[in-house]
Amino acid sequence: MVAIAESVPRPASRFRFIFDRRDVLGAIFVSPAILYVLLLVGVPFLMAVYYSVSAYTIYDPSWRFVGMANFEQILENPDFRHTLSNTFIFTFGSQILGLILGKFGALVLLRPFPGRKLVRAIIILPFAVPVALATVAWQWMFDSLYSVINWTMIALGLIDRANAPNWLGNPDLAMLSVIVVNAWRFFPFAIVIFLAGITAVPQDVLDAATVDGAGFWRRNYQIIVPMILPIVAIGLIFGIVFTFTDLSIVFLMTMGGPIGATTVLGYSGFQTGIVSGDVSHGAAISLFMLPVLLVVVVLMLRFIKRREI
Amino acid sequence: MAAVLTRDIVKKFGEVPAVNGISLTVSDGEFMVLLGPSGCGKTTYLRIICGLEKQTSGDLLIGGDIVNDIPPRARGVAMMFQSYGLYPHFTVRNNIAFPLKTQSVPRAEIDKKVEWASQLLGIGHLLNRRPRQLSGGERQRVALARALVREPTVLLLDEPLSNLDAKLRASARLEIKQFQQRVGITTIYVTHDQVEAMGMGDRIAVIDHGVVRQVGTPTEIYDDPADRFVATFVGTPPMNIVSRNGGYLGFRPENFLPKEMMDDEAFTEFKFRVDRSEYLGSERIVYGAMEGFDPNQVITAKLPPAHVADEWIRPGEWHPFAVRNSALRNFDKDGKRASRH
Repeated sequence: MVAIAESVPRPASRFRFIFDRRDVLGAIFVSPAILYVLLLVGVPFLMAVYYSVSAYTIYDPSWRFVGMANFEQILENPDFRHTLSNTFIFTFGSQILGLILGKFGALVLLRPFPGRKLVRAIIILPFAVPVALATVAWQWMFDSLYSVINWTMIALGLIDRANAPNWLGNPDLAMLSVIVVNAWRFFPFAIVIFLAGITAVPQDVLDAATVDGAGFWRRNYQIIVPMILPIVAIGLIFGIVFTFTDLSIVFLMTMGGPIGATTVLGYSGFQTGIVSGDVSHGAAISLFMLPVLLVVVVLMLRFIKRREI
Repeated sequence: MAAVLTRDIVKKFGEVPAVNGISLTVSDGEFMVLLGPSGCGKTTYLRIICGLEKQTSGDLLIGGDIVNDIPPRARGVAMMFQSYGLYPHFTVRNNIAFPLKTQSVPRAEIDKKVEWASQLLGIGHLLNRRPRQLSGGERQRVALARALVREPTVLLLDEPLSNLDAKLRASARLEIKQFQQRVGITTIYVTHDQVEAMGMGDRIAVIDHGVVRQVGTPTEIYDDPADRFVATFVGTPPMNIVSRNGGYLGFRPENFLPKEMMDDEAFTEFKFRVDRSEYLGSERIVYGAMEGFDPNQVITAKLPPAHVADEWIRPGEWHPFAVRNSALRNFDKDGKRASRH
């Protein structure tokens, strides 16, 4: 015992073992992440909050405090209320469509068939293709003259040439189009989420349900879906947050048109704050996302906690 | 209640046969145990009976009717799974009620039957809990209640005790057996544990590589094994098998005793070299080799320690041992029983 104690070298300085201390090392490791969040998320966010209660424009860069005036003005603007409802329709429409496609796709991909691996690889493409490229392709598919969708439907005799839908020109169809494109981008993610959830359901439980007399639908909607709901809800939170704040598809496909039919919060904030230079109103519009998203996330997390099994 | 009869059931996964022609009759109210090593096809056979797998060929009859093409829910069988397969998002009450809900049983009747099943298994106080809040033994009872609530004609149990600890397993074994006798339901019980099989089964079917090696009462299986596989699979330590005259000679370790312990009955004597001895409290296991046989083959003897003193069994010593002739079993060169006493 004595010999062992003597063989330990005496510390050269009091900092010699500084990196063996959990608190010091932990602080060093976590500091880049904290700095990143503070500088690149925290500071701009606080600036946006201040812009929204100031009269700052690029023509008059004053920091004059105006209170809630900006918020009152945008709330009184019917275009803004339209934008707000568009954002909800765009978000929930594309999420619901994406989830349905995801569930369906996951069920198809669960069954073994020739070429399944290839299909699994290909199905991730909408996720991997740059959004700008994909959107341009979709733009051509929805084009008023060259739409392959219309051509196909005409060829199949479903519609006639004179009454072919003008996908991006009609306000309702334009909204439908951007929803479809966003759902198309989201559904590989939904498939992955559903696949992860469904494969985690124990085979014993499914077998028990089969022996207990549950058919395909009952097994799906009374056993599998409730069991994977928590994991699907997490996916849905991500989907809602990303879609609610997204402006890329709208910007690239419709520029918010026709007549504001597809203008969403992100696009409107960008247009007002950056393009038109009215920074304070743009900030106020963008900040509208915050309470809405907060409520959605809190509701979802509470729901998940309640459903935890 | 119903009898289960299978005729030459074969199940192939690709080219590999998991079940290779099992014909078995389980009579009404019988407790039949399917015993075999893991991967022998016993679980596959059970899944064929309940309809989760479809046999490649062969007929399955439940209550006299061929049910080959009838879906699981219409077969009137209930199955309890190894890890129970409880629905984690349902309360115990809804777990038990689920098989009734799928059959569109009226609500009032569901309540009555859930009440009945939970009383039967003593889980009435757990009805509002979820499976994750239950102990292993409680989960097992819930699974059993769920299996029984439909009043099935046949109960299938797939290694139901393997998830319990050793102590609980012993009491659960007793409970299941008593319960089965009270309800009188035809039961097929799959296990790889010979203690469960011997202790619970009215009859045991020993299965290996997808075929039935022997069907019989626990006594028949133990005392009159049909072949070398059954002889060595059942019993701990397993039966000693030595080759003799182109065939095999088998005897159980507990029948291999010092010569002076023999009574008047006719016996055969062997010289036994003790290599190692284990004292296990209620018994002493002695390992060694016999003179005149393969010296590398380990022969085991199970001795009552009260009759054998420590200093008597010393490694390296040769002792005269003997087996009563009535306890010797002969197998032919293919391992089948050659002659019966």
